[in-house]
Amino acid sequence: MGTMFARGLKRKSAEDGEDVEGGLAGTQATPSYSLQRQSLLDMSLVKLQLCHMLVEPNLCRSVLIANTVRQIQEEMTQDGTWRVLAPQAAGRAPLDRLVSTEILCRSVREQEGERPAADVGDGRTPGLVPGLSAVPSAQALRSPQSSLWEVDSSRENRGGFQKSLDQIFETLESKTPGSVEELFSDVDSSYYDLDAVLTGMVGSTQSGHGSGLQAFTAVATPPPGSSCRSDLGELDHAVEILVET
Amino acid sequence: MARNHAGQFYSGFNRLGPWCSPSGSPAPLSCETGCGEGSWILVCRLLVPTQVSLLSMEEDIDTRKINNSFLRDHSYATEADIISTVEFNHTGELLATGDKGGRVVIFQREQESKNQVHRRGEYNVYSTFQSHEPEFDYLKSLEIEEKINKIRWLPQQNAAYFLLSTNDKTVKLWKVSERDKRPEGYNLKDEEGRLRDPATITTLRVPVLRPMDLMVEATPRRVFANAHTYHINSISVNSDYETYMSADDLRINLWNFEITNQSFNIVDIKPANMEELTEVITAAEFHPHHCNSFVYSSSKGTIRLCDMRASALCDRHSKFFEEPEDPSNRSFFSEIISSISDVKFSHSGRYIMTRDYLTVKVWDLNMENRPIETYQVHDYLRSKLCSLYENDCIFDKFECVWNGSDSVIMTGSYNNFFRMFDRNTKRDVTLEASRENSKPRAILKPRKVCVGGKRRKDEISVDSLDFSKKILHTAWHPSENIIAVAATNNLYIFQDKVN
Repeated sequence: MGTMFARGLKRKSAEDGEDVEGGLAGTQATPSYSLQRQSLLDMSLVKLQLCHMLVEPNLCRSVLIANTVRQIQEEMTQDGTWRVLAPQAAGRAPLDRLVSTEILCRSVREQEGERPAADVGDGRTPGLVPGLSAVPSAQALRSPQSSLWEVDSSRENRGGFQKSLDQIFETLESKTPGSVEELFSDVDSSYYDLDAVLTGMVGSTQSGHGSGLQAFTAVATPPPGSSCRSDLGELDHAVEILVET
Repeated sequence: MARNHAGQFYSGFNRLGPWCSPSGSPAPLSCETGCGEGSWILVCRLLVPTQVSLLSMEEDIDTRKINNSFLRDHSYATEADIISTVEFNHTGELLATGDKGGRVVIFQREQESKNQVHRRGEYNVYSTFQSHEPEFDYLKSLEIEEKINKIRWLPQQNAAYFLLSTNDKTVKLWKVSERDKRPEGYNLKDEEGRLRDPATITTLRVPVLRPMDLMVEATPRRVFANAHTYHINSISVNSDYETYMSADDLRINLWNFEITNQSFNIVDIKPANMEELTEVITAAEFHPHHCNSFVYSSSKGTIRLCDMRASALCDRHSKFFEEPEDPSNRSFFSEIISSISDVKFSHSGRYIMTRDYLTVKVWDLNMENRPIETYQVHDYLRSKLCSLYENDCIFDKFECVWNGSDSVIMTGSYNNFFRMFDRNTKRDVTLEASRENSKPRAILKPRKVCVGGKRRKDEISVDSLDFSKKILHTAWHPSENIIAVAATNNLYIFQDKVN
């Protein structure tokens, strides 16, 4: 059944020198606990990633795993073990990942989020990649889990867009505590509002109010540095479907 | 006392054919030794036939529905037979099961007869129909599973039976009715249905109803669709018999049976900013007598009782049930194992029972700060939580049920074990639903899991448990000691030997 931790994985405060794991030697508690906690974090992140399947992911399971990640993150922050990674390391996204990330124009939301690595991508201009929103690769990396709650992104994910655990880690570590919220972008019920789709506000899901009109308003003032341009081919396809039905 | 009769086994043929009727001697299994909570004997074990092909024969009304085989890997064809819900109707005469393939199979209790007393308690196939088909949501590029999440019966008001069945997105009201007569003697058409030439008709006759072989038909009477963005986990018929509710991860809707194009949203816990989402609805149920009250449980281990008279949107609860956390048991998995997988009102309406990963709790509606009873289902798993998290078993949603008199509660576990707790005597028993252990003439033997140290002869050690064999769905007859236990694609029906 894989690794088994005696008595689950108990939380241990930094000052408390008691041995947490009953089966371990008393002197081994702290580093072993950190190792196990890290392992649990790794496992949780992989589980979140695997949510992108053919069928809509189980929201309850995702929420519980995400809450677990948050717990670990909070504790690691208190311990001081939550490291902040240098932005440069986040700049090695392959080009194909950049392309696939931008299909649904999520740059608007990412712009509105925290941008510790924004400096890396300043050199790019919106017009560099025609038809796509130009988002620096760092930002593409910053929210690999932003599609967690977004159902529409599963299309790109099923296209073979696999994020490695390393990249997820970098992303998490490059943010300040509380960045776990970045993991949860809005489930875009607004995506399926006729208004939202037809007016091209497909990617403007950060408002999360579920109303097409509100989504429209939210994107009316696009943040600087990026243009929210949805993939026109995608939009045509969506309209085609709507018209047919 | 003991009879030498073989157990009764059914085997199906294919999806289109009927299940074969019982043949040979039909007696339930019986034996000598007693056990724990009364003595339970196997009445019958019903197998779901392997689905060879799930090509839909019906015309697609919705152009978005596509052939199941397009999406499904055929090596998992048998996965469609996994039973996903079990429910007795209000009299216990009928037992409905839903499976992962979207089918509903209804069993009917064998009628009691003087010369075949031992057949009482057996259930035979009554009707089979395809309730839900797989669908493809083109906008999301996602498949909508046809798996039946819940079935709920309506109380019987005429000769026909009505039930609600739901998958992740759509609830359907089905009418199941019998036809045992057909009209014969039409004037304008002959017995085969061919039209007759009016010029050849010289006399007129009045058609009469003649008996025919019993035919059970299931027809969809209502389809309640497009009201849920998230996955439906519960449906509950109201005691007014006019409305029912459907609950998904974040919202609960109230429906009128007659109206399919509208529903009222009565609970909405979706945060304005989805990034703040930390809690979802896991189950919901109406109060059995008060048509204005219902409860819903959450992934954080809380239960809320709501009163629909208070406001249109019941976001503010009337009562909030939560047990304070035990600090000595705190771990990273505490929240996950506190998530409530099922909530059920007692028949009396005075209590609610909740199931979380390791326990079953009984709450008094008048006391919100803690449950009045807590029963450990499989506490030996507490030290294995990390492994169970790794293999996803920690997310398994077990259901729980009351018996007719609210004195015994039952829930499932792993290794095809299920547990019963007597609330009065405080005794409990672990039983197993498996063909290997159901010898003819044998009463179900109580099982025991050995936690550590020496393992006795009949005990099983924790590490030997089969976590792929889980009993998630069980049902208890409303008035008798007859239980239905779903183990993967097998349905076991057990009866109290005393009966």
